Amino acid sequence: MFELLGIPPQALFGQLLLGLINGAFYAMLSLGLAVIFGLLNVINFTHGAQYMMGAFGAWMLLNYAGIPFWGALVLSPIVVAIIGMVIERTLLKRLYHLDHLYGLLLTFGLALILEGLFRRQYGSSGLPYNNPLPGGTNLGFMFLPNYRAFVVAASLVVCLATWFVIERTKLGSYLRAATERPDLVQAFGIDVPRMITLTYGFGVGLAALAGVLAAPAYQVSPTMGSNLIIVVFAVVVIGGMGSIMGAIVTGFGLGVIEGLTKVFYPEASSTVIFVIMALVLMVKPAGLFGTAK
Amino acid sequence: MRLAAVLLAAASVVVAAGAAKAQVPVKIGVLNDQSGLYADLGGQGSVWAAKKAVEDFGAAAKGLKVDVIFADHQNKADVGTSIARQWYDVDGVDVIVDTPNSGVALAVNTVTKEKNKVFINSGAATSDLTGKACTPNTVHWTYDTWALANGTGKAIVKNGGDTWFFLTADYAFGHALERDTSEVVKANGGKVVGSVKVPLNNSDFSSFLLQAQSSKAKIIGLANAGGDTINSIKQASEYGIVDGGQKLAGLLIFLTDVHSLGLKVAQGLNLTSAWYWDQTDANRKFADAFAAANGGKRPTMVQAGVYSGVLHYLKAVAALKSAKDGAAVVAEMKKIPTDDPLFGKGEVRADGRQIHPMYLYEVKKPSESKGPYDYYTLKGTIPANEAFRPIGEGDCPLVKKG
Repeated sequence: MFELLGIPPQALFGQLLLGLINGAFYAMLSLGLAVIFGLLNVINFTHGAQYMMGAFGAWMLLNYAGIPFWGALVLSPIVVAIIGMVIERTLLKRLYHLDHLYGLLLTFGLALILEGLFRRQYGSSGLPYNNPLPGGTNLGFMFLPNYRAFVVAASLVVCLATWFVIERTKLGSYLRAATERPDLVQAFGIDVPRMITLTYGFGVGLAALAGVLAAPAYQVSPTMGSNLIIVVFAVVVIGGMGSIMGAIVTGFGLGVIEGLTKVFYPEASSTVIFVIMALVLMVKPAGLFGTAK
Repeated sequence: MRLAAVLLAAASVVVAAGAAKAQVPVKIGVLNDQSGLYADLGGQGSVWAAKKAVEDFGAAAKGLKVDVIFADHQNKADVGTSIARQWYDVDGVDVIVDTPNSGVALAVNTVTKEKNKVFINSGAATSDLTGKACTPNTVHWTYDTWALANGTGKAIVKNGGDTWFFLTADYAFGHALERDTSEVVKANGGKVVGSVKVPLNNSDFSSFLLQAQSSKAKIIGLANAGGDTINSIKQASEYGIVDGGQKLAGLLIFLTDVHSLGLKVAQGLNLTSAWYWDQTDANRKFADAFAAANGGKRPTMVQAGVYSGVLHYLKAVAALKSAKDGAAVVAEMKKIPTDDPLFGKGEVRADGRQIHPMYLYEVKKPSESKGPYDYYTLKGTIPANEAFRPIGEGDCPLVKKG
């Protein structure tokens, strides 16, 4: 049996697969951020809180209404997206003509408020949520839980569908056109403000969907989003702000790199992504897939 | 509002007690995590416990004028240190209590000695507080890594769990817990086959669990706490670790962790704790009052320890009639035996370690539990004289001198 850098190949395959699973979460979250930034030019710091709300939504639907995981997978993102759209209409909309910084401050403040409210109501140590797909398959080199396999598949489908809609359909072309020249698109009779609201709702919905998917695997707690969001921002920066494919590819890619770090030098696994971010910014300031405007 | 009401009530008692008797001012600062992963096990509950101790002691009637304030150290040693300095230098705080997170606790320990105040720690785990880092100003109340290792670790090795792999939180606490547990494992004839240091607040443990799995160790020791422990246990069940024949040993598990995991996932876990609310009538009485004031939650051992520690501190201050000389107050705390409804009779040792029995519990099955917070079955009691590290083995400079 050959060994690679002192690690048996079975362990290595296992870790690569785990990296993909974690990458799935990064990809979905950074995709939502990229969509929102691409169209609204808003750096949505509430994203982590919306991911958390998605997970709590699933918990509430189960405990207050008896709706199981599969129902929550659809309902919770819709509810969170509607809340997001209300926020866009009432607050964010007023900031579009100002510097990025104002949108960032508003969304950051909202994130703190939302987290605080959930902590006050549900405490900080989190709530239990049972695994809807217990069991798993022994792949020979590792035990793959059914639920994790489902997460990777679901995330891939969602990511690719989003990419397809934005890059390859007529609706997507409106969206991209509105990003470049909203005034001109408006002149062609397209309701740009409504499109922006719906896009924000969609980005937020993606975050909430990731949250629902996270509920059975991670602890459902008010801080689950803020722990993750900084990493996700690094992913977006590495991929290139606003680049859809960049967000997906770097999401999965960095998941794998982080997974490998957890084997070779676990102490650095929480920092490796930021080291990569610094390196990428030095070489390619617009990100790997970004285009300098 | 509640604070205002308590202060008002305290003030009126003070006035009623008569202006003739001089009041000894005492200011207690509860310094802990108010918003992060340790907020449920300490947090506002610890503030409540400190105030309750002041009330039950009848401080006003005994000539003490006690204020309780609190702050959030956000699990950052620099934040904790600057609050401690501000409290001691500007705000006239005499004693800091609770302070979970070993990293922050060790920092506050140093500041407290420098300023000659008092530090009564309930929330932090590192046994270094009464070992290498012990000071004449610090008392460590509720538990420590040595006691946890000695409780859970020993019990598991004796039941045949003789090969261990550790998942260790990568900071002072995790390192101390791994070190102390490894010693217990080896001393009882077991072997440590490996360990991995996991960054704090890591949400995904699957990679580390896989490494633990391939180590083939019989026991996977979780040298972590709070959200990290919860996520490791949750994901271990997902990855079929327990079905594969390996067992998890949660070395530090709080009541709030079990509540968060749910009994379905947590059932059967063995744990060591200094205190459980549903064990004696006195504990239940305290827990009922706690629940009434804290939205139905039950207190953790950390919160109970804050109560017990503050009570003993006030006894010492009342005896000395001054809270100003920290070392003198701690010396008095060591002189008088401890005795309170929650922790029973005990003592504070020369190294600052408070001595009381520790208990081994098993987490109930969902079918055995009568409802929220009915979680533990008592499996054994470790008598006070065996529960903590023998005083000579901690390398505490105070002990060598004596």
